[in-house]
Amino acid sequence: MSLSAYVPIIALFALAAAFALFSVGVSQIVGPKRYNRAKLEAYECGIEPSPQPVGGGRFPIKFYLTAMLFIIFDIEIIFLYPWAVTFDALGLFGFVEMILFITTVFIAYAYVWRRGGLEWD
Amino acid sequence: MNDLKLPAIDYAALAPMLILFGVACLGVLVEAAVPRARRGLVQVPLGLLGLVAALVFVIAEAGTRKRTAGEAIAIDGPALFLQGAIIVLGVVALLLIAERSLEPGGPFVAQPARPVGSEADRSQAAGEGGATEAYPLVMFALAGMLLFVAANDLLTMFVALEVFSLPLYLLCALARRRRLLSQEAALKYFLLGAYASAFFLFGIALIYGYAGAITFSRIHQAVTAGTGSGVLLFAGLALLAIGLLFKAAAAPFHVWTPDVYQGAPTPITSLMAACTKTAAFGALLRVLYVGFPGATWDFRPIIGVIAILTMLVGAVLAVTQTDMKRLLAYSSIANAGYLLVGVLAMTPEGVSSTLFYLVAYGFTVIAAFAVVTLVRDADGEATHLSRWAGLGRRSPLFAGVFTFLLLAFAGIPLTSGFTSKFAVFGAAFGGGQVWLVVAGVVTSMLLAFPYLRVVVMMWLSEPGESTPSVSVPGAFTSAALVIGVLVTLLLGVLPGPLLDLTTRAGDFVR
Amino acid sequence: MEHTVQFAPATGLLSGMWLLVALPAVSAAVLLLLGRRADRWGHWLGCLSVGAAFVLGLLSFFALRGQENRAVQLNLWEFISAGSFRVDFGLLFDPLSAVFVLLITGVGFLIHVYAVGYMEHDEGRRRFFGYFNLFVAAMLVLVLGNNYVMTFLGWEGVGLASYLLISFWYVRPSAATAGKKAFLMNRVGDAAFVIAIFLLFAQLGTVNFDGVANQVHTLSSGVTLMLGLLLLLGATGKSGQFPLTAWLPDAMEGPTPVSALIHAATMVTGGVYLIARSNFIFTANSTLQLVVVSVGALTLLIGAIIGCAKDDIKRVLAWSTVSQIGYMFLGVGLGGAAYALAIVHLLAHGFFKAGLFLGAGSVMHGMRDQVDIRRFGGLWKYMKITWVTFGLAWLAIIGLPPLSGFFSKEPIIVAAFERKDWTAWLFGIAALLGAGLTAFYMTRLFMLTFHGPKRWTDDIEHPHESPPIMTIPLVLLAVGSVAAGGLMVGPVPKWLTPVLGHEVRGEAVLAHSAITILAIAVTLIGAGLAYLLFRDGTATAPQPAGALVTAARKNLYIDAFNEAVFEKPGIFLTRALVFLDGKGIDGAVNGIAASVGGGSGRLRRLQTGFVRSYAMSMLTGALLVVAAFLAVQYGWFA
Repeated sequence: MSLSAYVPIIALFALAAAFALFSVGVSQIVGPKRYNRAKLEAYECGIEPSPQPVGGGRFPIKFYLTAMLFIIFDIEIIFLYPWAVTFDALGLFGFVEMILFITTVFIAYAYVWRRGGLEWD
Repeated sequence: MNDLKLPAIDYAALAPMLILFGVACLGVLVEAAVPRARRGLVQVPLGLLGLVAALVFVIAEAGTRKRTAGEAIAIDGPALFLQGAIIVLGVVALLLIAERSLEPGGPFVAQPARPVGSEADRSQAAGEGGATEAYPLVMFALAGMLLFVAANDLLTMFVALEVFSLPLYLLCALARRRRLLSQEAALKYFLLGAYASAFFLFGIALIYGYAGAITFSRIHQAVTAGTGSGVLLFAGLALLAIGLLFKAAAAPFHVWTPDVYQGAPTPITSLMAACTKTAAFGALLRVLYVGFPGATWDFRPIIGVIAILTMLVGAVLAVTQTDMKRLLAYSSIANAGYLLVGVLAMTPEGVSSTLFYLVAYGFTVIAAFAVVTLVRDADGEATHLSRWAGLGRRSPLFAGVFTFLLLAFAGIPLTSGFTSKFAVFGAAFGGGQVWLVVAGVVTSMLLAFPYLRVVVMMWLSEPGESTPSVSVPGAFTSAALVIGVLVTLLLGVLPGPLLDLTTRAGDFVR
Repeated sequence: MEHTVQFAPATGLLSGMWLLVALPAVSAAVLLLLGRRADRWGHWLGCLSVGAAFVLGLLSFFALRGQENRAVQLNLWEFISAGSFRVDFGLLFDPLSAVFVLLITGVGFLIHVYAVGYMEHDEGRRRFFGYFNLFVAAMLVLVLGNNYVMTFLGWEGVGLASYLLISFWYVRPSAATAGKKAFLMNRVGDAAFVIAIFLLFAQLGTVNFDGVANQVHTLSSGVTLMLGLLLLLGATGKSGQFPLTAWLPDAMEGPTPVSALIHAATMVTGGVYLIARSNFIFTANSTLQLVVVSVGALTLLIGAIIGCAKDDIKRVLAWSTVSQIGYMFLGVGLGGAAYALAIVHLLAHGFFKAGLFLGAGSVMHGMRDQVDIRRFGGLWKYMKITWVTFGLAWLAIIGLPPLSGFFSKEPIIVAAFERKDWTAWLFGIAALLGAGLTAFYMTRLFMLTFHGPKRWTDDIEHPHESPPIMTIPLVLLAVGSVAAGGLMVGPVPKWLTPVLGHEVRGEAVLAHSAITILAIAVTLIGAGLAYLLFRDGTATAPQPAGALVTAARKNLYIDAFNEAVFEKPGIFLTRALVFLDGKGIDGAVNGIAASVGGGSGRLRRLQTGFVRSYAMSMLTGALLVVAAFLAVQYGWFA
C-alpha cells in the first residue's frame, strides 16, 4: 500500500473544508445583518435561555453523572444490536460473551445504584 | 452466515489477567454490597489473594511460548516475566495503599465535600474507615498492565493502555490531603494521557496503512520486505513511540510526571513509578523488538537522542527540586532514560538487562515512597526538602533506610542501583552504543549529586523546629519497606539468580 | 606480555583476608546504627577495629612472604554474571596491596587514636568515627579488589566517605561548598573510570587484573591509549592532579584528622595505586607514559608554587600534598623501576604528611583553631613535642639526608633524568625545581609557625601542648618520618617486583652523584632563602606583591579556569533546562490565566505548569520526533 490510497480521503477533507469555509464566508458577506433581541440570545434547544450568573454559570455535577450513565447504557444497547443480528453465527460462544458483558455492566450498575448515583438529591 | 471463525483461546495462559479483572469486578460489587466500615477488611485480602492467584498462574505458565486469542496475545518469556514483576510490585504497592494506621481514614478521600480535618471528616474516618474504591481501581489498572505487556497486536495494546490508564487517572485524584493539588494532577494526567493516546492511535492507523496489519509479526514481515511507503512507516512508528514514551515518562513527554507524582496520593505514586514504568517499557520492548527490529538503524539515533535528553533533563532538574516527591519524579524520569539505553542495545542482553533494571528500580522506588509516607506532621506528609533536614537525629533508622535507598538510586556499588545500571550500560556497550553509555555514565554521576545532598541534609544538619517526626509504620508499610530494602540489597550483592532468570526469559515469540 | 600473570587461591590465614574489610565495616555499621547509645565507647570501638585490621594485615603480610606465588586471591561470590561476562566479588592480596593495607591500617590506626583527643569536645564524635571506619573499609576494598569493578566499588565508597567527612562541619557554608566541589570534580574522574571499565569489558570480556594483564597486548595501540587516558583522568580526579586539582585544598574544611588520613596519606594516593595496578596498560604505550609524566611534573610545580603563597597552615600542606603526589605520578609515569620508587615515596609521604597534618592540628588545638600562619610564631617554647615532631617531618619532606624524604624523592629525580631523549632534561629539571620550592615553602611554614616573634591574636595568652593521646601518635609518625625512607628504599622495590616487573635502569644524562648533589643543593638553597626571609616573622596583613605571587595566591587561576570550563556551562545548562521545562513556557501564559481562574487561579499558580503549555511542549516534541524519523529515512542529514 502506498500514500495514493489516501488521496480520495485527502480530497474529501479538502472538499469538506472548502465547503464549510465557503458557506460561512459567503453568508458573512452576502447575508443581510438585521439583529434583534431574539437573534442575539444564546440558543438553548429552543427554550428560553436561563439567566447566567456573572463569571460563568455553574450547574449541578449530577447532570454530568446522569449523562455518563445514559452513555454507558446507550453503548450497551449499541453492542446488543449487532450481536442480536448475528446471533445465529456467533452461537453459544457469543451468547456467553454477551452474558459476561451484560454482567459487568450490571456490576457497574449495582455500584452506581447502591452508592446513590441514581438519586437526584 | 456461518463462516465466522472463532479464535482458539488458551484460558490457562490468560488466567492471570482474567483473575485480576474478575477480582476487580468483585471489588466493585463489594463496594456496592458491604457496609462501609467493613469494606477494607474484605477488599485487602481479596486483592492480595487475587494477585497471589494470578502469580501462581504466571509461574505455572513458565516456559510457555505461544500466541493465543487469534494472535492478539503473546505469552512468552518477557511477557510472563513482566507480568510476574508487575504482580509482585503490585503486591508491595498494595500493601502501602492498604496502610491505615498512619492516620485514621488513610490517604484516600471518602467524601470530596468534607474538607480534611473537619468534624464530619474525622467522625467518618473513625466510624466508617477510609475510602476503599482505590482497591478495585488498582486491580483494574494492574490487570490492564498485564494485558499491555502481553499484547501482540497494536489494537489490543491500545485497549490495554486505556484499561490501565483510566483507573490511574482516577486514583491520582483521590488524595485526602492537599485535594486541589491531587485533583489538578489527575486532570493534567488525564488530559495529557488522552492526548498521548491520540498520538498512539494515529500511529496505529499509519502503521496499518503501511503494513495492512496490526499484529507485530505481520508488521515485522512488512518492514523486512521493505515495500510500502517509508513515510507511513516512520511517521507511524514515531507516533507509536511517543504514546509509549509518554507512559514511560521520557523527555520531552515527561512534563506531566513531576506534577502528577507530587499530587497523587503517595502510595499511588509508588504504584505508578514501579508498575506503570514496568508496563510501559515492557510494551516498548515488544513493539521495538518484535514489530520493528528491521528498522533498528532508523529509529535508534532518534530514540537514542530522546534517551540522552531524558537522562539529562532528569539529572539536571533533580538538582533544582525542593520537594521530595518531585525529586523522586525527576529521578524516575532519569531512570526512564537509563532504561531506554538498555532497550536500544537491541540485543538479547538489552532485553534481559532492561527487565532486570525494571524489577530492581521498582522495589527501590516503592520503598523510597514508603519512607515518604512516614515522614509527616499534623498536616500529613512533609515533603518539602527543608523539612527533612536533621532527620538522621530524629530517627536514625528511617534516615538510614532512606540513605540506603538514595545510594541505590545514585548507583553506588553493593546496591541494586549499581548492578542494574551496570547491566544496561554493559548491554548497550555490547550492542555498540558507546555514545549512549558515555551519556548514561556522565548523567548518572551528575544525578548522584541531588541524592547525596539529601543524605547530607538528613545526617549533617540540625533538626529544625519544623522537622517532622517519623511515624511508626503499621504492619503493611513495614512489610513493604522491608521487602523493598531487602530486594535492593540482595540485587546489589547477589544479582546472579535474577540476572539468570532475565537472561532465560529474554526471548520474544513472534 | 612475556609472562602470564596467575593468582593462587587463598589458603590458611590468608583465606581470612575478608576480615580486613569486614572489621572496620562492621564497626562503622554499629556506630552509625546504634546512635547515641554508642556515644560513650564508640570512638574506642572505631580505634580497636582499625588496630585489629592492622594486626591482621601484618599477619597476612608475613603469611604472604612464605608463599611461592606472592599473589593470592579469594573469590567470595559471583557478583555479576551476564552471558560470558562475569565479575566476582573477589579480593587479591599481593605485594602491592599488602603495602597499601599496612599503610592504611597502620597510619589509619594512629590517626584514629589522635582523633579521639582531637574530637573530644565535638558532640558528633561517634558519628565521625563511624564515617572514618567506613572510609577505612572502603579504602581497603579499593586496594584489595581483584578486578576493576571491585576497585571501583571501593573508589565510590571512599568518595562517599570523603564527601561526608568534608561536609562534617556542615554549619560552615564553606565546608558545604567544599564538599560539593570535591564531589563534583571527583565525579568527572569517576565517570572516566567507569567508561574505562566498560571499554575493558567490551574489548577483552574481562575486568579481572590477571585477565587484563594477560590480554592487554592484544589491544590496538589506539584502544590502549584511550583506556589509559580514561584511567588517568579517573586517577587525577581522586588524587587532585591537574586538571582536577582544585577540590583537594578546599577539602581541608573537614576536621584535621580527615585531612591527615584521607587527603594526605591514603585516599588521594588512590590514583597512584590505580596507575601502578594498571602498570601493564601504561607500560604498553609510551605516549601514555609521556602524558602521565607531564601531568605529574606540571602538578608538582603547580602545587609547590601555590604552596609558597598560602597563609593557611592546612592549605599550604594541602598544596604540598598535591605537589608530592605529582612526584608519585611522575614516578609511575616514568615506568620501569620508577613504579616502585613512586610507591616508596607514597609510603614515606604517608608518614611524614600525616605527621605534618596532625602537628598542624595540634597547633590549631592549642591556638583556638587559628589557621593563619602569620598569626603564629614562637610556638616552639610552648609545644615542645609538636615542635620536635613537626620539625622532623619538615626535614623529611624537604628531602634532607638521612631522613626518609631524601631516600624516596631523590631516586625519582634521578629516574626523571634517565629518560631516553631531551625530555630527561625537561622533567629532571622540573623535579629538581620542585624540590627547591618544596624546601622553600615548608621552611617558610615551619619558621613562621614555631619561630620568630609572637604574632598571636589578642585572645590567646598561653598556648598549650596537646594531651598525650594526640602527641603519642605524633611521636610514632615522627619516628616513621625519620626512618621509613631509608628502610624501605632497598627492600620495598624488591618486594614489589612480582607486581611491577623487574628493575631496568636506564642511563641518566647526568652522573648519579651529580644529581644527588644538585638535589641537596637546591633543597638547601630553598630552605636557606626561606630562613633568611622569614626568621623575623612576617607582616600580619597581606602585602602587595608581584604578578607571580598574586597568581599563586589565587591558586594560579585554576578556580577561575574551572569556573569558566565546568561551572558556567553547567549553570547555563541547568538554567536552560529549567527555562524550557515549564517556567519559560508558563511564565508567558501565567498572567493571562491568572485573571481567568479567579480563586482557584491563585492555587494553580503555585503549580508550575498549565496543561496547555505541557501539551504544547509534547506536541513540539512529537513534531520533532516525527520530523527526525522522516529525516533519517530520507537521509536529509546525510
